[in-house]
Amino acid sequence: MDVLTDNFSTFGEGFIGTVELTVFASVLALVLGFLMASFRVAPVGSLRAFGTAWVTVLRNTPLTLLFFAVLLGLPRFGLVLPFTVFAVLALGCYTSAFICEALRSGINTVPKGQGEAARSLGMTFGQTLSSVVLPQAFRSVIAPVGSNLIALAKNSAIAGAFSVTELLGTYKTLNELGYNIIWTFVWIALGYLIITLAISAVFNILEQRWGVAR
Amino acid sequence: MAVDPLIELRDVNKYYGELHVLQDIDLTVGKGEVVVVIGPSGSGKSTLCRTINRLETVQSGEIRLDGQPLPQEGKALARLRTEVGMVFQSFNLFAHKTVLQNVSLAQIKVRGRKKDEADKRSRELLERVGLATHAGKYPAQLSGGQQQRVAIARALAMDPKALLFDEPTSALDPEMINEVLEVMRQLANEGMTMVVVTHEMGFARSAANRVVFMADGRIVEDRAPEDFFTHPESERARDFLSKILKH
Repeated sequence: MDVLTDNFSTFGEGFIGTVELTVFASVLALVLGFLMASFRVAPVGSLRAFGTAWVTVLRNTPLTLLFFAVLLGLPRFGLVLPFTVFAVLALGCYTSAFICEALRSGINTVPKGQGEAARSLGMTFGQTLSSVVLPQAFRSVIAPVGSNLIALAKNSAIAGAFSVTELLGTYKTLNELGYNIIWTFVWIALGYLIITLAISAVFNILEQRWGVAR
Repeated sequence: MAVDPLIELRDVNKYYGELHVLQDIDLTVGKGEVVVVIGPSGSGKSTLCRTINRLETVQSGEIRLDGQPLPQEGKALARLRTEVGMVFQSFNLFAHKTVLQNVSLAQIKVRGRKKDEADKRSRELLERVGLATHAGKYPAQLSGGQQQRVAIARALAMDPKALLFDEPTSALDPEMINEVLEVMRQLANEGMTMVVVTHEMGFARSAANRVVFMADGRIVEDRAPEDFFTHPESERARDFLSKILKH
């Protein structure tokens, strides 16, 4: 029990670190996922190919490998950024591939005729997607997007191995100080639970608000 | 006919893989004309209708609207589509928007009208199709016939030069067919250029200037309705008419 009270600031820093990673990487994943999903349904072949390549590469690469590639690879090409930013990049890009596919399956639930009707009224591809297809797709992808962001929150633990301050990484410090490892992990687990349950709650509200209205 | 051509198709061919769905189609629709396309299912009549605003692409041939060839994908095509309204068999109203929003959306996004202005126009059109009191409802709360009339109002909201109807009454209960045909008849009387794919022979007889009979991807006959129904020239048309008119 002392583990928490004695080291509240260490846990606090780790917790904040994980929250930051989760929030920034989520935003990046949502933006990129949205963009890639648009690419994958675009009428332009090269955009579709790009979207498909993006998903194929990122979805099929182990996340740890991706971290190595970003954190050790990019500096070789002269791109030097704080490790936290690299971690956000790796997590965000990785998760964007999954978000993209969730969005795309949502797009496929919208009857084809809706898009045809919009196009027959002279709406461009972008307008059709943003005012007709995506608002309807959005309703059916709330749950899977939520799951992906929860996975992202947990995946952020990998960043700890690359000396980014985050929740799981705090165990190393506390272990060295001789605290009970079991209790350390219990408190860490509780920290993750707070974050993931918060994400669940947000998505539950979204689903109640938008999910069923037809 | 000595009127200006609005829609012209020349030597249009389309394939779905091996299947030759449109074979050497030549068709001219003049301004203000109402052309009804009939034929057995699978004869290519819906495909023909959809090629006119390029919802279906064609492999060869030329399609012109008001003298201009149909552009490829992109802004130019979108602009051209605003000139040709389309009404679908399955209505295709935007499920997440109210009736009023359905009619106003493209006016705002495509025509660049202000919301008030667009809503005012939408209400006029809804009044015209007899649905002014339903403006605040969602499509799912309306009957099929009502939804189709909203779809017609939505197409009219762009002030199109022509309207395409792809089997507009085929998904409707018999008692709702007339309310939709009545609106279409009214449009025809007002001089709207219309291409109507339908199985409603009564409408073809009373409202059409010409009847185009299609079978197996070809235009078999293209004549005045009375001529066609009383003296079909081809064996294929006689056979078709004997099956649908006698019962």
